[in-house]
Amino acid sequence: MAYIAKRLLFSALILVGVSFITFALLYLLPADPVRQIAGRSATAQTVENIRHQLGLDQPFFVQYARYFWSLVQGDLGRSYVQRAEVSSLIAARLPASLLLMAAGIVVELVFGLTLGIVAALRRGTATDQALMITSFTAVSAPQFVVGLLLLYVFAVELGWFPIGGYGTFAHLVLPAVTLGVLGMGWYSRMMRSSMIEVLRQDYIRTARAKGLPRLTIFVRHAMPNAILPIIAMIGIDIGLFMSGIVVVESVFGWPGIGQLAWQAIQRVDIPIIMGVTLVSACAIVLGNLLADLVTPLIDPRIKLRD
Amino acid sequence: MVNRNASPAATHPGPADPPAGGADPAGSGEERRRSLPARLARRPLAILGILVILACVAGAVFAPVLTSYEPDVPLFEGLTLTGAPLPPDADFPLGTDLLGRDLLTRILYGARTSLIIGIAANGTALVIGTLIGAVAGFFGGFIGSALMRFTDLMMAFPALLLAICLAAIFQPSLWIVAMVIALVNWVQAARVLYTETRALSQREFIEAERAMGAGTARILLRHIVPHLVPTIIVWGTLGISTTVLLEATLSYLGVGVQPPTPSWGNIIFENQTYFQSAPWLVFFPGAAILALALAFNFVGDALRDELDPTQRD
Repeated sequence: MAYIAKRLLFSALILVGVSFITFALLYLLPADPVRQIAGRSATAQTVENIRHQLGLDQPFFVQYARYFWSLVQGDLGRSYVQRAEVSSLIAARLPASLLLMAAGIVVELVFGLTLGIVAALRRGTATDQALMITSFTAVSAPQFVVGLLLLYVFAVELGWFPIGGYGTFAHLVLPAVTLGVLGMGWYSRMMRSSMIEVLRQDYIRTARAKGLPRLTIFVRHAMPNAILPIIAMIGIDIGLFMSGIVVVESVFGWPGIGQLAWQAIQRVDIPIIMGVTLVSACAIVLGNLLADLVTPLIDPRIKLRD
Repeated sequence: MVNRNASPAATHPGPADPPAGGADPAGSGEERRRSLPARLARRPLAILGILVILACVAGAVFAPVLTSYEPDVPLFEGLTLTGAPLPPDADFPLGTDLLGRDLLTRILYGARTSLIIGIAANGTALVIGTLIGAVAGFFGGFIGSALMRFTDLMMAFPALLLAICLAAIFQPSLWIVAMVIALVNWVQAARVLYTETRALSQREFIEAERAMGAGTARILLRHIVPHLVPTIIVWGTLGISTTVLLEATLSYLGVGVQPPTPSWGNIIFENQTYFQSAPWLVFFPGAAILALALAFNFVGDALRDELDPTQRD
C-alpha cells in the first residue's frame, strides 16, 4: 500500500515536471502570442493592454503558477489559430485516436505474439531466422513509408480499402496495420525470448517427464507464463503509440489528436502541440503506473519495491 | 520505471536473450579469443549490414562523381509536357521529382544528411547519456537520484512530440535537427549506462582502488568508463538506426531538415501529393531509409551478441 501511494505521488510529480518543461518551452518560443491575437495592425498601446490582460507581463514563475492552476482545472489554453479551447478540441478528437490505438494494439499483439511463439518453437531453424529478420525489418521501417506503401498497394492499385478518412471498419484496417507493424517487430522479439526462457524452466521439464502431450504443456503451462509479461509491456509502450499516431493519422487523414497535432505543426499553433504533448505525457505516466502495478500480480516473484 | 519509447532498448529485452538462430558464436572460450572483426565476419547479417553502410557512405562522399546532375537544380527535360514527374528511364535511373530534379541525385545527397545527423545526433546523445548515467551510477546518493528522476521525467515525454516542440522553437536547420534528436534520444543510453555503472562501482576492484586512495576522477576515467565501452559501442550503433528513423519522420512532417537541402524524409514530404501517380517518389527514398536503419540494427545486434557481457547467456 505504501508502495502504491509512493508510486502515485511520484507519477504526480512527474506530471508537474512535464507541465513545467512544456511551459518553459512555450515561454522560450520566439513567436509572440500577443501579436498573433492582436493582429498586425494593432498599436503598441493595444498590444501592451492585451499583454497585461493575459498576464504575459508578469515574471516567469508567476505566469507558470497561473498556467499550472488552470491546468489543474483542466484548462489547456486557447488555440491561436482555431480560436477554440484546446481541451475541447482534444476531447472531440480523442475517441478516434483511442479507437486507432486499440486496433493497433490488437494488430501488434496478434501478429507479434504469433511470430514470436513460432520463432521460439522453431528456435535455431531457418524459419526462426526468417522471422527474426522480418521483425528487424518491421522495427526499421519508417511508419510513414509503411503507411504510404499500404495505401498505394491496397487502396490505389487494388481498391480494397478507402484511400483515407474515417467512419467504417474498412477505413480502420490500413491505419491500424501501419500503427501495429512497429510493435509487431518489438513484440515478436520479446515474445521469442520470453517463450525460450519459459521452455527452459524446471516445471516444463516436469510436465514433459510426466508424459503430458506436447500441446497440453504448451497451451496450459508455457503460453500463459510467457505471454503475460509481454502484455504488461503495453502500458510501457504508450509512448511508442503516441508518437505513432501523429504519423499514421497524418498519412491517412484520421481525425484524431495526432492529426490535430500535425495540423498545428503546419500552422505553428503551439498551444495545441503543447496540449497534445501534455495529454500524451499523462497517458504515458498512467501506462507506466499500470504496468508497474500489474507486473507483480502477473508474476509474484517480482516484488513491489522501488 | 521502464520505457522503450521508440528506442533500441527493446532490442535489449532481458539478460537471457539468445542470438537469433544458429549456434551461439560467442559460446566457447576458443571462440571468444578470436578478434572482433573475425567473429563479426561469421555473421551474414552483420556483413550485409556493414556492406549497406559502406555503400551509403560511398554514395554520400562520392555523390558529385556518381551523378552528373545537381541536387537542387530543376531540369526542364525532367518533367513531362504536362509538368508531371518522369518515371525511371535511361537518363534518370530512379525518375524525377515534382520539380523535375533527378531523384537518384537527391537520394545520394540525402545520404549525407542522414549520415551527418545520424552520427552527430547519436554521438551527442551518447556523450550526454554516458555523462549522466555514469555520474549518477557512480556517485549515487542525492546527485544520482536527482539525475535519474530527471531521466524519468524526460521519459514521460513522447519522443516525437517533444522533438516537434523543440524543432518549432528553434528554426530547423541540419545541425539544429541533430541537436533536437540528441536532446530526445540520450535518455535510453543514460538508463542503461546508469545500471551498468551502479553494478560496476560495487565490484571488488573498484573497492580496492578506493582503498588504495585513488581519486574519484581516476577511478571514473581509468576503471569505470573503459568497462562501459562495449555497451557504448552497441548503443552507438543501434542508436544510429533510431536517429535515422526519427530524422526521416521529422523531415516528413515538415519540422526536420528543410528543402531544398535533400533528406530522405523531406523528399517524401515534398512529393507526397504525387505519390498515387508517381509511387517511385515514395518507394526509393523509403527503401533507402529502411535499408540504412536495418543495416545499423543488424550490425548493432551482432555487436551486442559479441560484446555486451550482460547479454551473454
